Amino acid sequence: MHARAEIEFTLNGVRTRLTVPAEMSALNMLREELDLTGTKYGCGEGECGACTILVDGVTVNSCLMFAVDCDGREVVTIEGLASAANGEALRRSFTDYGAVQCGFCTPGMMVQASHWLEKHPGADAETIKRGLEGNLCRCTGYRKIIEAIEKVGSE
Amino acid sequence: MESLIGKRIPKLDAPDKASGKTRYIHDIDLPGELHAKILRSTQVHAKIRSIDTSAAKKLPGVHAVITAADVPWQRPIGVAKDHLPLKTDRVRSLRDEIAAVAADSAEIAEAALKLIRVEYEPLPVLTDALEALKPGAPLIHPEPHGANDSPKLKPGAPVAFAGKPDNIAMTFDYQQGDVAQGERESCIVVEDVFRLHYVTHCCMGVSGVIADFDPGGNLLLYSNTQVPFLHKREFAELLGIDPGRIRIIQPPIGGGFGSKLDIYPFEPIAIFLARITKRPVKLLFTREEEFLASPTRQPVLLKLRSGCTRDGALTFRTVETVHDNGAYTSWGATTPFVMMQTVSSLYRVPHCKYHTKAVYTNNPYAGSFRGYGNLQATFAVEAHMDRLADAIGMDPLEFRLKNAQAPGEVTPQGMHFKTCGLRECLATAAERSGYTEKRRAYAAKQSSADPVKRGVGIASMLHVGGGAKIYPSDGCGTILKIDDFAHVTLITGASEIGQGSETVLSQLVCEELGLPLSAVTVVNNDTDITPWDVGVHASRTTFIAGNSAIGAARKAKAKILGAAAAKSGHATEALEMRGGQVVLKASGEAVFELGKLIRSLHFSDKAELVMTTFYYEPPSKHQDKHFKGDVSAAYAWATQVAEVEVDTRTGIARLLRITGAHDVGRVINRLGIEGQVEGGIVMGQGYALTENLQVEAGAIRNPNFRDYKLVTAPEMPEMDISFIETMDGEGPQGAKGVGEAPAICVAAAVANAIENATGVRITSLPFTPERVYRALHGELDPPAWSIAA
Repeated sequence: MHARAEIEFTLNGVRTRLTVPAEMSALNMLREELDLTGTKYGCGEGECGACTILVDGVTVNSCLMFAVDCDGREVVTIEGLASAANGEALRRSFTDYGAVQCGFCTPGMMVQASHWLEKHPGADAETIKRGLEGNLCRCTGYRKIIEAIEKVGSE
Repeated sequence: MESLIGKRIPKLDAPDKASGKTRYIHDIDLPGELHAKILRSTQVHAKIRSIDTSAAKKLPGVHAVITAADVPWQRPIGVAKDHLPLKTDRVRSLRDEIAAVAADSAEIAEAALKLIRVEYEPLPVLTDALEALKPGAPLIHPEPHGANDSPKLKPGAPVAFAGKPDNIAMTFDYQQGDVAQGERESCIVVEDVFRLHYVTHCCMGVSGVIADFDPGGNLLLYSNTQVPFLHKREFAELLGIDPGRIRIIQPPIGGGFGSKLDIYPFEPIAIFLARITKRPVKLLFTREEEFLASPTRQPVLLKLRSGCTRDGALTFRTVETVHDNGAYTSWGATTPFVMMQTVSSLYRVPHCKYHTKAVYTNNPYAGSFRGYGNLQATFAVEAHMDRLADAIGMDPLEFRLKNAQAPGEVTPQGMHFKTCGLRECLATAAERSGYTEKRRAYAAKQSSADPVKRGVGIASMLHVGGGAKIYPSDGCGTILKIDDFAHVTLITGASEIGQGSETVLSQLVCEELGLPLSAVTVVNNDTDITPWDVGVHASRTTFIAGNSAIGAARKAKAKILGAAAAKSGHATEALEMRGGQVVLKASGEAVFELGKLIRSLHFSDKAELVMTTFYYEPPSKHQDKHFKGDVSAAYAWATQVAEVEVDTRTGIARLLRITGAHDVGRVINRLGIEGQVEGGIVMGQGYALTENLQVEAGAIRNPNFRDYKLVTAPEMPEMDISFIETMDGEGPQGAKGVGEAPAICVAAAVANAIENATGVRITSLPFTPERVYRALHGELDPPAWSIAA
């Protein structure tokens, strides 16, 4: 009943091969098949950004992407973000600037921030706000997230 | 050693959360677990004729399909015990739970739901709170419902709901003085009707639970609850077992905001399935389900009438409200308890009368939500204050200052404001925002040709800031151990829901013990380990759990210094703990390294460990049956000035800036408190401008983030926040509660700002472009909102 496909891709720097159902989302593959639970389910329809991952250097809502479409790509999740140029700085900055409360949106925010700063080095607050348009946070009111990202961008 | 109080301390749990390492309930799997899904009603109000689960039961991978018939022992849950987890013969709203499946995977469970056949007999639908009060209205709970053969756990514990001959779920009446006299003394009387809408919590982590029984029948529950100890008892009553056989573990919680103060049917249902299948059962909502089946902040219709003298002294106030309770009773019904405090005591009002009814309808039911009715009450009271000021030709700031409470006041309702920074809040927010000058300048431009207008509005709030004694106890326990290596384990009843309580409690303990934060580990999420706490609600954790933690730390310190004195020959009073050592207070000279001293106690003839316990119960009182009494050990105050821009061509109102001044007693963690206030302001902004759970004919029309509009990063306002430190004598290091306060007066400030910008007073929320545009064109909301007596 379920078509399955074997895929091979780079996941957080490691060559990974697995077989996934054709209808499985990249989000479910990461969480359920690979136990990388840092990527969060927030809405399942690309509205909240909690499941944001990097695919070939570009941010994607993993809930909207089929697992099979990871084949041949380079995928980075929050667990692998430390290897990004700004990953460690973002982790420190999110902590030091109070950008984390309940923390559920944090992985998606950080992955999006990493990508956005690559694209917009030294981004100002207004530019950062535009970059976070697709990432919802219910706790912080965004200001501390923006400050944390601005700090990393200015370094 | 430098004090930790008032510093910017990063949250202790932040590094894990920012690495994707934190495991929320969604990320936990138990060996052998099954996945559950719930079948909900497709009818708003109907009799259940039949339920056929036979096809679902045959689906491979399905372990159990249950309906009310399979759990004849289930009991009603919730605040009024009017809600059976699985419905028997009647559904009363679209969220109602009819059947549930446990299967090998969530997908199989979902597929099984589609095979369940339900026959309904539709009943007349009631979705208007005012209609519900009319004679002859359809009744929501006409008959008793509940378990007939449920064993009574204790005498008096309800096993069934008796039913209601009308649709009134709950009423509240409060009175002080004589409003007729107040009316006679008034030179001006203003009456307004306000209409508040539905919003919902939108926690980023959806609801979920994992239930697991051991072979002895003991229940282990992984739960996101904000009130683990209260829930133990409720689950025990539901299951007819001893509460001691229930253990609740709270994984890190993906947002609370009051949504997790009550039991909802999904939790008992997962427990039923675990009991029946003898397997761990995990149940997670989808986001759509989260919108459909989570509690709401309820719609309130509020009529407010007040008067004042010619020189601006308030004389009286009467309030009548009707709350749409929805089909079942959760904490939303009890929010008038908080609302009446704002009505009676935010300002000095000598005569006051308050009446409210929460009425059953077939709508989604109302829960508790950050602010607990106070967003609704404050919106009305503070918009009305501007109207009164306008009516007597007084500046709104001056009018508020004239009537503002002051320290030492005991209000007619019995609240004792030992600290009260309201006047400083008003003055600070007004000054920092340029309120008075801007208000004048913007009012002058109302009739200018420029279609884009600006306005400023001011609003204040009062909220409990030292707990709220609504249960027999409002206390919290702490167990503190300092091990042989001077490492502290702080075991507290207070739950962390993202607000930063772990960090604040650690700071308070380290401040007492002269230790760095790295010397503390916090344990706070397992009812088998942690001492009792009433729960994370009422902005109480810093105050109550903080005092409890300090109490335990002081006992440990007394023991350590006593031992150091005995061993060294110095007087106890001459010693203190500093930098991981016991030192001479005067010179700072080290007397003992702390770990060494503790080891010497441990490995001595007396063989002692340093472990202390403390239980803190605030000196507040229960209100009497007339709602009078000093319900909180301290009260929090705030003023916010909103500056808005209104495009009169489109009706789009944008919040540009909030200037807030908050009486927080004292800042403990500056980073954390800023986060609470900023987040609260933006939540208040959503309430004022963008969020609207659209409920039509009992159905939620926008159960997704596309159509339910949370504020996004580009829309956040500039925020200028001042903290007024009134150093509360009872507060831990002088602090008062702050969690709810920042969300409370945003909508009122925005309403007053829109009036300043446009000259138009809008009395319904939210201020969507459509509502604003219509109002600017003379089309106000239907005026037919008279409240039935």
